[in-house]
Amino acid sequence: MHFHLTAEQVAIQDAVRGTLNEAWDMERLHAFADGDVDFDADSWQALMALGIGGLALSEADGGAGLGLLDAALVCEVAGEAAAPGPLIGQIVAAIAVAHCRHEATRALLPGIASGEIVATIALDSDLVQCARAAHLFLAGDGAGGLCLTAAGEGVEIEPVTATDRSRPVSRVRFGAATTYPLFSAGDPMVQRVRDAALILIAADALGGAQHCTDLSVEYAKTREQFGQPIGRFQGLKHQLAHMMLDVEPARAQVWYAAYAWDAALPDATRVAAMAKAHLCEVYTRTTRAAIAVHGGIGYTWEYGLNYWFRRSVHDRAWLGSPAEHRARAAELAGW
Amino acid sequence: MDLNYGEAAEAFRKEVRGFIRQAWQPGELRGTELKDYIRSFRRAAIDNGYLYRSVPKRYGGSEQPVDVIRAQVIREEFGRARAPMEVGGNGVNMTVPTLLEKGTEEQRDLFIRKTIEGDYVWGQGYSEPGSGSDLASVRTKAELSADGGKWIVNGQKIWTSQGMQSTHMFMLVRTEPDAPKHDGITYLLMDLNQPGITRRPIRQMTGEQGGHTFCEFFFDNAEAPVSWQVGERGQGWYVSRTTLKHERASIGSADGLGSQFRKLVELAQEMGRIGDPLVRDRLVEIEGRVLSHRYTSFRLFSCAAAGEDAGPVQLLMKLLLTEIGHDIALLAQDLIGEQGMTEPVGAGGRGPRGPRGPNKWLDQIMGSLGNSIAGGTSNIQRNIVGERGLGLPRDLAMSAEK
Repeated sequence: MHFHLTAEQVAIQDAVRGTLNEAWDMERLHAFADGDVDFDADSWQALMALGIGGLALSEADGGAGLGLLDAALVCEVAGEAAAPGPLIGQIVAAIAVAHCRHEATRALLPGIASGEIVATIALDSDLVQCARAAHLFLAGDGAGGLCLTAAGEGVEIEPVTATDRSRPVSRVRFGAATTYPLFSAGDPMVQRVRDAALILIAADALGGAQHCTDLSVEYAKTREQFGQPIGRFQGLKHQLAHMMLDVEPARAQVWYAAYAWDAALPDATRVAAMAKAHLCEVYTRTTRAAIAVHGGIGYTWEYGLNYWFRRSVHDRAWLGSPAEHRARAAELAGW
Repeated sequence: MDLNYGEAAEAFRKEVRGFIRQAWQPGELRGTELKDYIRSFRRAAIDNGYLYRSVPKRYGGSEQPVDVIRAQVIREEFGRARAPMEVGGNGVNMTVPTLLEKGTEEQRDLFIRKTIEGDYVWGQGYSEPGSGSDLASVRTKAELSADGGKWIVNGQKIWTSQGMQSTHMFMLVRTEPDAPKHDGITYLLMDLNQPGITRRPIRQMTGEQGGHTFCEFFFDNAEAPVSWQVGERGQGWYVSRTTLKHERASIGSADGLGSQFRKLVELAQEMGRIGDPLVRDRLVEIEGRVLSHRYTSFRLFSCAAAGEDAGPVQLLMKLLLTEIGHDIALLAQDLIGEQGMTEPVGAGGRGPRGPRGPNKWLDQIMGSLGNSIAGGTSNIQRNIVGERGLGLPRDLAMSAEK
């Protein structure tokens, strides 16, 4: 029986956190948010140098031999930092390719694992993160299966003003593009790939919600009004307590969803939907509460809370709203 | 992550299961015969090291090394077979650990064996009409008798669960009226069957009354030997903070919550509402919090098994459970609809049998309100989470108090 993080898992999170602290501070986030590119090569390379692209791949596939749980821990830290880049797409694409049997597709694996080939998710929506930088799009094959579509000819990309400034979307249309097959309709991997993406989004939401809680607590300890740190006032203290009550227990739900995916438990698909729905609700509530706790400064662009708020808007809508996933979870329960 | 308990635990499970199969066959026994049978079953379970694991053998326990996984396996197997476990209640959960940590040899000899065998039932004498969340303001007074051998107690205690059945009370009394409020309290044990003590049941909002509800106690020159004082005179507040962590981590409350949620789903089915998209949405939304509670319980359990401190997350569990109880109550109330306009027979613990029918949920709907009061109100829990969990500065009124 082991259901808390190991020292190695804590070390992985610390390493990613340390890397992002250097490669992705608020100054860079501000500059990126007002810039006109959708990808930051420096922070991407720094993350990929840690082996994140291949984290969830077996050693035989050139990976670290870890699981989706470890990938979720990484995405959680990326969510804390509002890190740029299609990290979730990269990890999910690597898992998909590693599980597919098509030689031509499998030949992409070393490039994806190393991060030289950038992969993003283009499922269920034509709004795609970091589409201008991506080399591959994880997409539907039009017949209920999955494929990877190569950027270039037959892929039309229209820039839009993205709400999430850390992972800007563009509008993507696929024509007669080059595709690499992954899984046909009916292959259980089609659902598993989707489930993995939902769990990693939940992890991103967890990290973002934790970060907003931490900022709020810190602010409440230092900001003074009426001659007191505002965190002494019970109204605010209780609001912060409820932020923690929302976020901290939800952490174990993300762990369980990732563990269930790794162990291919019978409830894996259902708990992936539950985790996506629940964590995105938590993220929405927490970012709203964080701005309330901060008052005027929280409402400014400069302070930066808005980046996490915007990311919560993106995560919530991405690959299905909480209500859609709750409806799926009810269906999957056989109710 | 691995939710399996491991081979050693599964081998132990077989052993426990074998014991229960052979030792727990109550058949058609009733009344005194059943009582005697249960008593001897518990004795055998103690001899096998399954019950009262933290209580030394010389006081009637089984004195086992701390092992939260074994303790959990025992709970699961006894629960599965519906075999009686420890007698429970305030005596086993509070008096015994407190005496083991802070009591005298005489007190342990006098009370522990009788308590774990169920002969002594303990009421908690903490709250008073004027001392709720501000417990350290207790005013029930104890003064030494002229010969210095007895404490003479005058005052009132309230909200004592099992008060009508209690044979004894552990209580906080003010012995040093001039000392700062936390330092003027003594922790005292009291025999409740004596002149000078009057007890009265308090009727609850559920309608529950009589033998099983909570009580108020009036002390009019009630007496306790000085040797029944636990810890130093004036140190009672700190004695009452004693919490024994021995094998306390369990996933029991998560299992209880899980089964309550399943019953809520069954209620939706029974009322023909399970196909309603709004009901389905609310059910899954509640289940999101149920799963957070469940897997956080696993996390706490796992930390305890590994001997690691889980950190501030443990401060959240009571409030989380209470909040989910409110969510469940609100949905249940919608599901029972007009049926909620009548109370079923046996509601609120009245009558020999529990209530039946959808409106039996009125007990949970009202009971969930009790959970946000008993054992530290939800607003106090929020203070604890904010101050101890998040490190926010202490409430001015509380930090400035005398």
